[in-house]
Amino acid sequence: MSITRDEVAHLARLSRLALSDEELDHLAPQLNQIISAVARVQEVAAEGIPPTSHALPLTNVYREDEPRPCLPADLVLSQAPAVEQQRFKVPRILAED
Amino acid sequence: MSTDLTRLTAAELSDELKAKNVSAAEVTQAHLDRIARADGDVHAFLHVAADQALAAAADIDRRRAAGEQLGPLAGVPVALKDVLTTVDMPTTAGSKILDGWQPPYDATITRRLREAGAIILGKTNMDEFAMGSSTENSAFGPSHNPWDLDRVPGGSSGGSAAAVAAFEAPLAVGTDTGGSIRQPASVCGITGVKPTYGGNSRYGLIAFASSLDTPGPLARTVLDAALLQEAISGHDPMDATSIPEAAPPVVAAARQADVAGLRIGVVTELSGEGYQPGVLARFQQAVELLESLGAKVTEVSCPHFVYALSAYYLIAPSECSSNLARFDAMRYGLRVGDDGTHSAEEVMALTREAGFGAEVKRRIMLGTYALSSGYYDAYYGKAQQVRTLIARDFEAAFGQADVLVSPTTPTTAFKIGERADDPMAMYLADLATIPSNLAGNAALSVPCGLAPEDNLPVGLQIMAPVLADDRAYRVAAAAEAAFTERWGHPLLADATGPNSLSAKETSR
Amino acid sequence: MTTPTLVPYPEAVERYDPTIGLETHVELGTRTKLFCGCPAVFGGEPNTQTCPTCLGLPGSLPVPSRTAIEYAIKIGLALNCSIAEWCRFARKNYFYPDMPKDFQISQYDEPLCTDGWLDVTVEDENGAEHQVRVGIERVHMEEDTGKSLHVGGATGRIHGADYSLVDYNRAGIPLVEIVTKPITGTGALAPLVARAYVTELRDVLRSLGVSDVRMEEGSLRCDVNTSIAPRGSAVLGTRTETKNVNSLRSVERAVRSEIEREAGVLDAGGTVALETRHFHEDTGITTSGRIKEESEDYRYFPEPDLVPLAPPREWVEQIRRTLPELPSARRARLQAEWGLSDKDLAALRNAEAIDLVADTVTAGASPADARKWWLGELSRRAHETSTELSALAITPAQVARVAALVGSGALNDKLARQVLDGVLAGEGDPDEVVKTRNLAVVSDDGALLTAVDEAIAANPEVAAKIRDGKIAAAGVLVGAVMKATRGKADAARVRELILERLG
Repeated sequence: MSITRDEVAHLARLSRLALSDEELDHLAPQLNQIISAVARVQEVAAEGIPPTSHALPLTNVYREDEPRPCLPADLVLSQAPAVEQQRFKVPRILAED
Repeated sequence: MSTDLTRLTAAELSDELKAKNVSAAEVTQAHLDRIARADGDVHAFLHVAADQALAAAADIDRRRAAGEQLGPLAGVPVALKDVLTTVDMPTTAGSKILDGWQPPYDATITRRLREAGAIILGKTNMDEFAMGSSTENSAFGPSHNPWDLDRVPGGSSGGSAAAVAAFEAPLAVGTDTGGSIRQPASVCGITGVKPTYGGNSRYGLIAFASSLDTPGPLARTVLDAALLQEAISGHDPMDATSIPEAAPPVVAAARQADVAGLRIGVVTELSGEGYQPGVLARFQQAVELLESLGAKVTEVSCPHFVYALSAYYLIAPSECSSNLARFDAMRYGLRVGDDGTHSAEEVMALTREAGFGAEVKRRIMLGTYALSSGYYDAYYGKAQQVRTLIARDFEAAFGQADVLVSPTTPTTAFKIGERADDPMAMYLADLATIPSNLAGNAALSVPCGLAPEDNLPVGLQIMAPVLADDRAYRVAAAAEAAFTERWGHPLLADATGPNSLSAKETSR
Repeated sequence: MTTPTLVPYPEAVERYDPTIGLETHVELGTRTKLFCGCPAVFGGEPNTQTCPTCLGLPGSLPVPSRTAIEYAIKIGLALNCSIAEWCRFARKNYFYPDMPKDFQISQYDEPLCTDGWLDVTVEDENGAEHQVRVGIERVHMEEDTGKSLHVGGATGRIHGADYSLVDYNRAGIPLVEIVTKPITGTGALAPLVARAYVTELRDVLRSLGVSDVRMEEGSLRCDVNTSIAPRGSAVLGTRTETKNVNSLRSVERAVRSEIEREAGVLDAGGTVALETRHFHEDTGITTSGRIKEESEDYRYFPEPDLVPLAPPREWVEQIRRTLPELPSARRARLQAEWGLSDKDLAALRNAEAIDLVADTVTAGASPADARKWWLGELSRRAHETSTELSALAITPAQVARVAALVGSGALNDKLARQVLDGVLAGEGDPDEVVKTRNLAVVSDDGALLTAVDEAIAANPEVAAKIRDGKIAAAGVLVGAVMKATRGKADAARVRELILERLG
């Protein structure tokens, strides 16, 4: 089981990581090595074994429909990289045609 | 008071404070002074909150003087791993992408410590987003092991462990996802506990792997760890995965400190090949010691443990690839490339490229891969099945033994730089600790000696069933007492080697 | 981009069989958001209804609202679904600035409700009714995203914008997504079936009280999937998903337009692209959204911050007991109670007047009277002022009062219309308007006789005819009296008096 440099580049794009070529050259073989190692889980015979998504068998944890105090807008926006009209200012989202 | 306050345990400080032999201000100042002297070498702290700490201490003193009944940790200093949010201190998770971020809310653990009157000294260094076993993945430089400043203090809670081992704080909070409390505790010669998953609230804990992350205490004694744990543990309605039941009585168990009649199971798969000989030797002696105290020792096999590392390095990166997606430069944190020529998507990618370190990038991509359509069943899906098998191994093993034991980590502290760009080698540090994260049961590390070949600390890992944390404390306290008696002093007193912090301080 | 050739609709459905599907998002009317206690109210100042959880701040965690889950179960039961015994939330991972966590907590392969149905009725061009059972594939829960303003582009749309401004007040609002099974075999009626489904669904949701379901406000959002296949083909065609369908009429138009367009594509020998399209209200056609190079892989996995939902059966049954009479059952009952033909019922339904009529009946009017006023005079006014019937400034109780006044003879139809004018103009209740405008029917014989005598005197030829036995001529004199009394005379009594007077 191996992963090509192109596939790693694809993963980087999916993960929104603008890796440089040098980084790709460096990380791709490492990823390949790791993936080969973790593929070991496939050796395990797990027919009919249910997957575990939670360590503890808790179910039905809810809260009541009661309003709680919100954060003040100025605090919410105080850490924002850019603000305009009391909103988070973000660069242009890729335009649709 | 002429005693060096930084050499007292939290329990001792608590008694002195209660008896009004010493003030919270004095205790706090003593620790701040210690940090000022030592942290240039240790680099345990990313942020020291001197003003806030002294103000909190003054408040405690005032309330005590007014006759108010205060809890056991009132006035006792504590350090927080920089992965827990604090409204009055920056919180970075060891990452450039959050450099300078000031959270608008306190983590539940932070709030409970403040309510307990504990004095938060500051935020400790860590591997970036808790990914690592050495603190070398911190964006702000590694921490150094007080035993040997050229060596790692372990990770990812390396800063917390180093702070405690360097006497900069009697107590610290860390988080353990694959061993990140226990392994640093082991290589720093202190005690660290991973409670049963859900035992401590994750609200305000910057998530790495949600189904594995567990906050817990680090301290120089088992009793101290128990005191801290009781102050922060308990159900939290803000965390849907927090345990609803009452917390196990760990302080009482730590005081009980006995093993007579208990069955100790040595896990076959968690020692042997890949483990440093001196580590195995000390482990073996620890088992014999427990036997001499009246425990019955058996060997138990947990056959699926050999797959634990692989399962972990699929599950944790998968969850983290999703948890770290929010760092997209839109609402907080670093923003790179917003010069009018880049789209939002490009700014996200440029920011994450600049803001994340190599290990984080590796794990994000690994997780993205494992969750991909077409790969999910073979990787993530399979890993979750292995998780079930590991939990079943534990169940079976706990049918034969009351607690399970192993060395905490295969080696003593390695040198800074030794494994830095060798991910697979770094991952091996978690071999023995990972199974308990996957199954969610309680596990801790308590010092059990120095490896003969390098005179560096070795940790004994004690694992207890889900919700039976007290049992682990009980055994650990017994071992600690017996060891201390055998050595004549706590292990940390031996941290005087040629390259240690102690040696450096003495030579100044 | 070449202008697409549209095949005229009748021709398109002659040669192609359409298959449609609808995905509807409903904003639940809970007090708080799905995973946090922020108020779920509409229209606050930007970013004033947020907290660490709905902002997705580092360290924050979700905790689900029991009420939201209850509402979702209620919807599932009303749509005849099975309610899962055990299910989980899942993360849908994708990057977008209006997504605080860059994943959405939703449900994937374990929806809360599955396998239900909703019956709808449509009328073909011959007036024949067809009942269609629309299968419901699933009903699941998910959180809403924030809202973006796009700045710098021509129309405020995302296209050509320089930057965007994001408000997270809406992030975390509870949504329920309802997905139909593919609806096949409807032929030319497909657009009507789509519209009828959304209409009926909306009415069901409204009756449950779980949402205010206003398409114009976005609390009911509809995406329409359309595909066509050559007549008789066993294989379904490629479907397109059309968004920005903001009204019932748009649902119908969007399906129709897509069928025409896809037929044009296939006729020209091309293939229909699997894509998302945007419906334009002004032109009634769809245009292509961004064609993605890689189809989205959302990398779904079970949400680790939430524990599974295992709704106890007793709770489900308790919710079932709170289900109200559903619209279809209610319509059938009212139709029987009011003695309506199917056509009559359809007329009421199309005018969206059923509730208004029912409330008017409850307030004391007869069904016939209630229908007469709402479908007649009031519908006319609504049409004139381009208002919805339900938005007219008159209540069912007031309409019932007017009907009662007419019934008792205190008003005639003409006066009643003037009373309606007054109520609609905000002059008060019917009785107040009668008083203020002095609109009561004059039934006092004394007053009437005066007017009758005047009319007789003014029209001697007509009076003569009546004396001679031409009773019908009385109408002219009645008209004169009505004119003289400005319509307030009791016409029937006037006629009697005239005939009495003239033998």
